[in-house]
Amino acid sequence: MLRIECPWCGVRDETEFRYRGDASRSPPAATASLAEFCAQTYTRENPRGWHLEWWLHVGGCRKLLKVVRHTDTHEIHAVGHPHEALAVPMETRAP
Amino acid sequence: MNGPSRIAAGLWTSADEPVDFRFDGRALRGLRGDTLASALLANGVQLVGRSFKYHRPRGIVTAGAEEPCALVDVLRPGGREPNRPATTLPLQEGLIAESQNRWPSLRFDVRSIGNLAARFLPAGFYYKTFMAPGWAWERLYEPLIRRAAGLGRLDAAASDHAAPAETVHDHTDVLIVGAGAAGLAAAYALGRAGARVMLLEQDAGFGGGTLLDRRWQAWRETQSTVLAGLGNVRCLPRSCVVGAYGHGVYAALEGLTPGESALFRGLRERLHIIRARRVLLATGAIERLIAFPGNDLPGVMLAGAALAYLRRYGVTVGQRPACFVNSDEAYQTVFEFAAAGIDCAGVIDVRPESKAADCARALGIRVHSGAQVERVEGVHSVRRVRIARLAGGVGTLEADSLLMSGGYSPATALASHLGAHHNWLESIGAFAPLLDPRIGRVAGAARGCYGLAAAALDGAAAAAAMAAELGLATGPVLPAGDLPVDPDQTPMVPLWEVRGRGKAFVDLQNDVTTEDVRLAHREGYEHVEHMKRYTTHGMATDQGRIGGLVGSAVLAQARGLPVSEVGLPKARPYVQPLPFAALAGPETGLHFKPRRRLPLHDWHEAAGARFVSIGLWLRPLVYAPESEWEGVLREARAVRQSVGITDVSSLGKIDVQGPDAARFLDYMYANRFSTLPAGRARYGLMLREDGMLLDDGTTSRLGSDHFLITTTTANSGVVLEHMEFQQQAVCPHLDVLLSDVSDQWAQFAIAGPRSREVVAAVVSGLDLSNAAFPFMAASGATLAGVAGRVFRISFSGELAFELAVPAAHAMKVWSALLAAGKAFGIAPYGLDALNTLRIEKGHVTGAELNGNTTADDLGMQRMLKTTGDYVGRMLAQRPGLRSPERLQLVGLRPIDRSQRLRNGAQLIVPDAESRSLGYITSSTPSVELEGWVGLALLAGGRARTGQRLIATSPIHGERTEVGILSPHLIDPENARVRA
Repeated sequence: MLRIECPWCGVRDETEFRYRGDASRSPPAATASLAEFCAQTYTRENPRGWHLEWWLHVGGCRKLLKVVRHTDTHEIHAVGHPHEALAVPMETRAP
Repeated sequence: MNGPSRIAAGLWTSADEPVDFRFDGRALRGLRGDTLASALLANGVQLVGRSFKYHRPRGIVTAGAEEPCALVDVLRPGGREPNRPATTLPLQEGLIAESQNRWPSLRFDVRSIGNLAARFLPAGFYYKTFMAPGWAWERLYEPLIRRAAGLGRLDAAASDHAAPAETVHDHTDVLIVGAGAAGLAAAYALGRAGARVMLLEQDAGFGGGTLLDRRWQAWRETQSTVLAGLGNVRCLPRSCVVGAYGHGVYAALEGLTPGESALFRGLRERLHIIRARRVLLATGAIERLIAFPGNDLPGVMLAGAALAYLRRYGVTVGQRPACFVNSDEAYQTVFEFAAAGIDCAGVIDVRPESKAADCARALGIRVHSGAQVERVEGVHSVRRVRIARLAGGVGTLEADSLLMSGGYSPATALASHLGAHHNWLESIGAFAPLLDPRIGRVAGAARGCYGLAAAALDGAAAAAAMAAELGLATGPVLPAGDLPVDPDQTPMVPLWEVRGRGKAFVDLQNDVTTEDVRLAHREGYEHVEHMKRYTTHGMATDQGRIGGLVGSAVLAQARGLPVSEVGLPKARPYVQPLPFAALAGPETGLHFKPRRRLPLHDWHEAAGARFVSIGLWLRPLVYAPESEWEGVLREARAVRQSVGITDVSSLGKIDVQGPDAARFLDYMYANRFSTLPAGRARYGLMLREDGMLLDDGTTSRLGSDHFLITTTTANSGVVLEHMEFQQQAVCPHLDVLLSDVSDQWAQFAIAGPRSREVVAAVVSGLDLSNAAFPFMAASGATLAGVAGRVFRISFSGELAFELAVPAAHAMKVWSALLAAGKAFGIAPYGLDALNTLRIEKGHVTGAELNGNTTADDLGMQRMLKTTGDYVGRMLAQRPGLRSPERLQLVGLRPIDRSQRLRNGAQLIVPDAESRSLGYITSSTPSVELEGWVGLALLAGGRARTGQRLIATSPIHGERTEVGILSPHLIDPENARVRA
């Protein structure tokens, strides 16, 4: 079970959060093409490695968090506000 | 006399406290402190079960949770509990246990004939043999296999042992798993350093390997005394850590003693969910079997287990045991048996020489060095052991038991859960785990550090390192001078199998032989994970712990690789079986799925409502006991003809406020809200990012910066999350706040041609005339003296109002409405009547808003705004979603008005061999039209208006001719709602 350190509430169990998907893509501009919208909505990298993702703290402060998580080891490198630029480690595998 | 018996006092048993129990109907007597296994051995019982596949006789092999064979059914007053290992089952007064898998009796098992037919039951036989014909599986093969194979039995009616269970949550700095030499030393060091420590031991007593060596008694007692005095160290015996879940979360199952159980209303097991900053795995090592022909005969036992029975319970497994070993560690059993006065039939050591063998010879014990066991003979127990010297020559030992030891493998399951890397250690012939120190450390025998003193020092060192990582000052570590010295040993030599005639088992629980492993390899199942699944090696309750590596070694030999390259199958939770009841804890029944009650639940109940669960809400379905349509139609007819009232408090309500509220709603909804004047409501469509419909509902503008959204009951949580996500991820620049007010407001719909008169009698300060308060008006008002809100919205298709009041005042306003409506025959109506009304009107609900429909599919394309951005805008315009052949919403009626419709019936073209063109989503008998009416999703539906199709429901044997119509079957001009 993941334990996520919410910047507002402290360390909380995964069961308090709702996963909201890949946070690495910003929504397309209103003027973007249909192809760009399709890519943004459906195409995912599915990496084995570091992954930037959204978690909504529905069982707590109801704030949206941006999380850098390793999909293999589940290590969480950083948790931040939705518009914080979080550094994603370069290596594909956690140590 | 041959066979097992009790010969001395045990460390854990009390000689003056007898305990009576029954096994397979026989009345037997053991001692307090016994397990069922030790008590059976003390009574001379060796044969305790039949094997899974071949029904071969089986005895007790181990003294712990790794037991593959001695599984029993425990009979309790409330039912039968299967698959309890006798080796961990505490003996209690009146315990009734039965052996498994035998018929008609344990000694004479008819199905052991399977043993003779064994050559026809190779690995993978399920896949190969029982393939065809298709019908035969259900009728022939499966019943046959189910009778012949399998472990325990479940009582279909048993529910009692699911009764009391509880879950507790623990938080600690360090979780230490295992209280052997390493775990005790580590707990002592960390406890002294001031860390919060939980020390969990799966056995009933602390000590692990130190219990088997009398020199360690003083040290063990000192450690235990000191730990008991440390307030920051919690010690839990009978507690097995069954899973490690990352991020410091662990699950452990604690077994309660009868005394504790009595204190907790019969609670037998307690599930701990432990959150720890670090874990220290001191889980020790597990002795391995050796695969030789007959290694499953009762009386063949692991050498360390035999020693455990002798030391803990004073029970010897035989009067004349032989020992088959490959390491000096195993000689400890030989020495202790000699000290207990048991005459050893001889030691068979595969190594040409060893220090321990020399010591044994000095004690007058016969050691056959450089030899191995060819096979064991006997019917229900060991009679003779045939041995062969590696240099040539054979011999026979008369023995009543054989104690085998193929070396020790670190218990790596938990480390494996945590993703540890496993290193091959040649010195112990096994894998040892390497854990990320940020997660924890492995200490003692669990990482291949054998010898009790070495393990204790290793545990203390790991604890010191961990204390430093946790920022604690390291206190006094270990009274090193007190540690008994580990004996000087000759290295072990790996020995996996002795090939010969007869079955040699690598997995005793699943009846997997060395030949099965080789067969799997020959048939292409070369990877250890594939071999595991093809042969079932290492599965089921014991997870193949005593033979797992042996199976890998046999596979490695077949592949021509070293074992280190073949590896072990990945271990996953749970380490040992645990009852579902323990996992569920108190979360059963209503604690598993809570109910949400409407503010007026009690009133509805008193009015005779039958309820239906929508989401978690209990909503009145119909206020009548009849199960047929009579009551529903009576309620719906009242609405069409006069007036009815229904409780819609379960609708989701989201309050939206802020200077940018209108802009935000324009982005969230496919239609526009910024143009909505204050005091007006508008029906809204919300799309998902992919352009499909998410939800619908009315939104009212209560002020320039203040909106109130209603959502469908079942979708309220989803809609709120969707809006919160969009607001925080995409629109953070908008100044808007969302607040869920679903529970704060009760809401009632008053519908029917007389509804204005009823509402007017309750509302003060608001002109309800059509001119002053038209369709889709919204306003604050005083309702029966309570400050509330009035909306002129309609789901039924009639003139209707919805009244919202703070939930605490619901009864007052509801009563006033009933009183005001009495003259018009007002009646409450339930969800069924509401459904009838909305189907007639062609309003959609969850059956049509099913996640696969677009606004165009439901005939609402023109609601989508053409300028400005909104969620789902672009993807809703994909050409495929605009195809005229998509399933579109239509209405329908049977041509023969006496026929009924069914939800889910498929629509096809008459007489042709037609594929389905769509299906009926909602249907009801009509109150206004003759017969049934329905809504359907039909391919190219709007273009088919006027056509006749067949609605077919093969499982009901029905084919009904239907006419396709507009979904708006009544009042398509919307005259009534504007009246």
